[in-house]
Amino acid sequence: MDSALASDRVHTTHSGVYLRGTVRTAAKLLVVGHFGVGKTTFVGALSEIRPLRTEETMTQAGAHVDDLAGLDGKTTTTVAMDFGRLTLSDSLVLYLFGAPGQQRFTRLWLDMTQGALGALVLADTRRLDHSFEVMELLEDHGLPYAVAVNHFDDAPVFPEEEIREALDLLPDTPLVTCDARDRISATRALITLVDHLHARTAQEPV
Amino acid sequence: MTPAVPRRDKGLVRPYVVTEGRSHPTRNTFDLVTLVMAHGDRPLDGLSPEKYRLMELCLGGALSVAEIAGYLQLPVSVTKVLLSDLVDSGHLSTRAPIPSAQLPEAQILQEVLDGLRARL
Repeated sequence: MDSALASDRVHTTHSGVYLRGTVRTAAKLLVVGHFGVGKTTFVGALSEIRPLRTEETMTQAGAHVDDLAGLDGKTTTTVAMDFGRLTLSDSLVLYLFGAPGQQRFTRLWLDMTQGALGALVLADTRRLDHSFEVMELLEDHGLPYAVAVNHFDDAPVFPEEEIREALDLLPDTPLVTCDARDRISATRALITLVDHLHARTAQEPV
Repeated sequence: MTPAVPRRDKGLVRPYVVTEGRSHPTRNTFDLVTLVMAHGDRPLDGLSPEKYRLMELCLGGALSVAEIAGYLQLPVSVTKVLLSDLVDSGHLSTRAPIPSAQLPEAQILQEVLDGLRARL
């Protein structure tokens, strides 16, 4: 390739940028939660590529539902999505998309949810009530989910039953604790989610 | 927390110029995880700068729509319009995400589960 621009830049940042030629299937899971809960950290701990970000300008259609307090007169805002990739076998690749929940009416959110197998909701015990919005959003979309409490060092630890009650979780919704910075811990949280999704497909006649 | 990412120069070219005024792609077959492959035998002469950059990126190997948007730092909606044109002109072809007619969801989930467990 001569005078390559984009591909050169990519190659210098990471040699394993491109997918294996044998990959045939791409699966999609969402990592959601409120601002600052650790979504980007979680995706970054698992991704084999440098996590990527795309941005979209959100116009008036969804602007009034967003929290734009203190931003009087602002009619557009930028929404962003971070994502990463895990090659799981010669033929299968998994993409993780992380985004906050207040992007519900944007095209980017629709793009993210379409075809997603399910979602992992990250929660913070210091702000459990902040998780309701995104959980409601997933329920509206009919997307199954599991909840992972991302443990912050200075956050209070509660018994599982109390967290379940505070989040008003259904009995079969899995709840785990994880450290979003740790690859193994984050992998375990994802396994809990996928286990749950798999059990559901076994129960429901498709 | 998401750090303030230093933005590359956004440039003077507005998205609707890149897409020649269009907000919708000519075909509606792109998901974020649709896999895109370039055909190396097509001439790149005459392509717009953005399509040229996109082709240069894709000639290196297969990538998803989301990754292409991320590397080129273009909005997904704009990327889809460009991709769509390049499929129409024979420069690119796509592989649909999760060919559901071929693979049931339960089988994909099982493969995802196996793949994740193998990483522990």
